[in-house]
Amino acid sequence: MSLNNLDQLYRSVIMDHYKKPRNKGALEGSNVTIDMNNPTCGDRIRLTLQVNDGIVEDAKFDGEGCSISMSSASMMTQIIKGKTADEAQKLAHIFSDMMLGKDYDDSIDLGDVEALSGVSKFPARIKCATLAWKAMEKGVQDESENK
Amino acid sequence: MIKDDIRSYFPILNQEINGHPLVYLDSAATSQKPIQVIEAIKNYYEFENSNVHRGVHTLGNRATDSYEGSREKVRKFIHAKSTEEIIFTRGTTTALNIVAQSYGRANVGEGDEIVITYMEHHSNLIPWQQLAKEKGATLKYIDLESDGTLSLDKVRETITDKTKIVSLTFASNVLGTINPIKEIAAIAHEHGAVLVVDGAQGVPHFKTDVQDLDCDFLAFSGHKMCGPTGIGVLYGKKAHLENMDPVEFGGEMIDFVGLYESTWKELPWKFEGGTPIIAGAIGLGAAIDFLQEIGLDTIEKHEHTLSRYTMDQMHTIEGLTMYGPHDPAKRSGLVTFNLDDVHPHDVATVLDMNGIAVRAGHHCAQPLMKWLQCTATARASFYVYNNEEDIDRLVAGLRTAKEYFADVFE
Repeated sequence: MSLNNLDQLYRSVIMDHYKKPRNKGALEGSNVTIDMNNPTCGDRIRLTLQVNDGIVEDAKFDGEGCSISMSSASMMTQIIKGKTADEAQKLAHIFSDMMLGKDYDDSIDLGDVEALSGVSKFPARIKCATLAWKAMEKGVQDESENK
Repeated sequence: MIKDDIRSYFPILNQEINGHPLVYLDSAATSQKPIQVIEAIKNYYEFENSNVHRGVHTLGNRATDSYEGSREKVRKFIHAKSTEEIIFTRGTTTALNIVAQSYGRANVGEGDEIVITYMEHHSNLIPWQQLAKEKGATLKYIDLESDGTLSLDKVRETITDKTKIVSLTFASNVLGTINPIKEIAAIAHEHGAVLVVDGAQGVPHFKTDVQDLDCDFLAFSGHKMCGPTGIGVLYGKKAHLENMDPVEFGGEMIDFVGLYESTWKELPWKFEGGTPIIAGAIGLGAAIDFLQEIGLDTIEKHEHTLSRYTMDQMHTIEGLTMYGPHDPAKRSGLVTFNLDDVHPHDVATVLDMNGIAVRAGHHCAQPLMKWLQCTATARASFYVYNNEEDIDRLVAGLRTAKEYFADVFE
């Protein structure tokens, strides 16, 4: 059994986020709500953000999905808190590069998110990992366009 | 003569995936292709390729003979009265859309009813949803029994004199339920409605006799029955097809073209606009030859044996839930399941790392997932080339997945 390969995907940090998701639920007083789903598999997420003066002050997520999509959402909400809208967008780009297996900008400390880099070796699971990040990117973009 | 070792005809099975011999358990999505089908397509392109129904030249005649020869094979395979009733399409989806857009638009009006079930694949749901919206008709669903079967009493309650079309699947791609088509056709006809059958998960797996079933339309896909992708069939009773307008217009389907008016070819060609799927039809013909040589009764029995074996084995895995009828004899060759709280995607990835291909997701049946109260499931589906060893590998893989994720859900 190729369990060593599986360990590249299911790193302990990922399983920890899946088991104990951070920032799960609906954010009270949020001013950005984004619903997104993955039509090929049924995973869905609702992301609620509090964005003030171009800063993501708080973030929560709710939804249903596999370990990769839910842990990725948990990690994403953790890292974007306190970031500016520009930094959040930049993180989304870095994450996208990471998923595509490209060299990515390592000037920002990614913390737990780094553990998801192994997903790039599992092409069928990349969409699971990017769902929450796409929701965040859209939310931050919509918010800045409304200004 | 087909050898006992049916697997030897499928070159794709002879390879390793992620370091393990491939176990292919996703035939309900698409089946693998035997060498006979691959060779038939190769042979067509090497020796016969030319356009059909027009050339005076010899190659053109060869291609036409092969293409129309496949139509006759399909006719025999489903026991239709005439090749006029066999229309080649891109697949089941296209075939069902032709019925909705041609027969449906002409025969369904405001206040009329279209009846389907909760177990329909999106391809037998959305065309009717769209038609109902366009015409101001009502789309009604026949409710399912708790084991995922249909009760004829509920079928009778749902179909009324306002019902113009009843459309349902021959066999569910998720539950495995085989539906009583013949009985439902009779009920639909009592009310003056037509019965449309989505045969994608039925025709490949058991003997289909459209005259015995007395269905008005039957749609199915070549790629789920050892044939190539991009070819499917719409069967329709001649009386219906004759009165129906084509949905695609252009070359090949015309009789006479004037500046402002045109007339159509006779059946079945009036529904086959443009250069047809010649190689696909020839590949499908070869697939039918292959299946018939094995025998559809043998295939059906083989799948029942595998379903029973799978269900027996899966019962020994604690925390595994199976969906659909409990009696393997009432099911087609597939088993849909969930393992504890492990998401089916995660189950499928663990299996994939062990060389085992299963489907995970909503199986293009979102309303059914809602009915089952889950967002996704995993599915193992069988065909002629699967054996008990494949199931043993699947069960071992599921035990690995369970162990692997055990500490997450302790």
